[in-house]
Amino acid sequence: MSDLGPHAGFILASYGAVFVVLGGLIAGILLDHRAQARALDALERRGAGRRSGRAAP
Amino acid sequence: MASLIDLANPTRFMRLSGLLLPWLAGAALLLLAVGFYLAWFVVPADYQQGETIRIMFVHVPAAWLALMFYTMMAVSALGTLVWRHPLADVAQKAAAPIGACFALICLLTGAFWGKPMWGTYWVWDARLTSVLVLLLIYLGIIALRRALDEPSRAGRPVAILTLVGFVNVPIIKFSVDWWNTLHQPASVFRAGGPTIHPSMLWPLLILATGFTLLALALHLVAMRAEIMRRRVRTLTILEAERLDRLALQGVLA
Repeated sequence: MSDLGPHAGFILASYGAVFVVLGGLIAGILLDHRAQARALDALERRGAGRRSGRAAP
Repeated sequence: MASLIDLANPTRFMRLSGLLLPWLAGAALLLLAVGFYLAWFVVPADYQQGETIRIMFVHVPAAWLALMFYTMMAVSALGTLVWRHPLADVAQKAAAPIGACFALICLLTGAFWGKPMWGTYWVWDARLTSVLVLLLIYLGIIALRRALDEPSRAGRPVAILTLVGFVNVPIIKFSVDWWNTLHQPASVFRAGGPTIHPSMLWPLLILATGFTLLALALHLVAMRAEIMRRRVRTLTILEAERLDRLALQGVLA
């Protein structure tokens, strides 16, 4: 591949669309995972769900 | 080897998916790197389409994955309605945005290919229209799920809607055979074997496998996030009840 020819704009736009949509999807999933992990960790540190109600050591 | 029943235990699923994820993501990145190198630097320009053949290498895997993820959602819906599988609803919820993104990529890349090849971004062709309907069904399922925020209430109606929408999957697949469409007929999965030259077929299959592994890795991460979200919700409710009890005891003391 040296030259994308007369339709280079359409080819690059296609790959750009893939990059933006997939990049957004990956970022969204990873950020959500991190947020849930932190929220769960915070709750468990407070001792939520334990019968004793005491925080985790 | 873990059975489906074993995986139904969220704790076991979290442990196994945690072990599997790095391998899945690593294999996906390796295959995507090799596939894109071949697609951009090795595959020759097509004799009819010229350089726009490069669009096929992202368009076709996106189309396959949009259909595959909907099929996975339909199987998960059966798991919710018939077997009450604990992780089926989680799997279905996690799959919807991923499938919707691949349907969107399929439509966008198809439009960017269509303009130079057909002279138009869009025609109301049976294949194009049925894929647009697939995207709308995905969005409808996501919207219904968001309208019913309690997971136990949302699972069944979403599963029913998913199964109703599944009728569109064979329509997409066979639309090019049933109707006289502008979109070309199947050229990989067809009776009589693929019609694509091996120099283009192998990079396409490598990229399709890479995208599939990436999508499965994302699905596992999204499922893990959803399991944690439900756990957070349960623990928050339990903590609120405990604080209520303590407050009540304080009042009575």
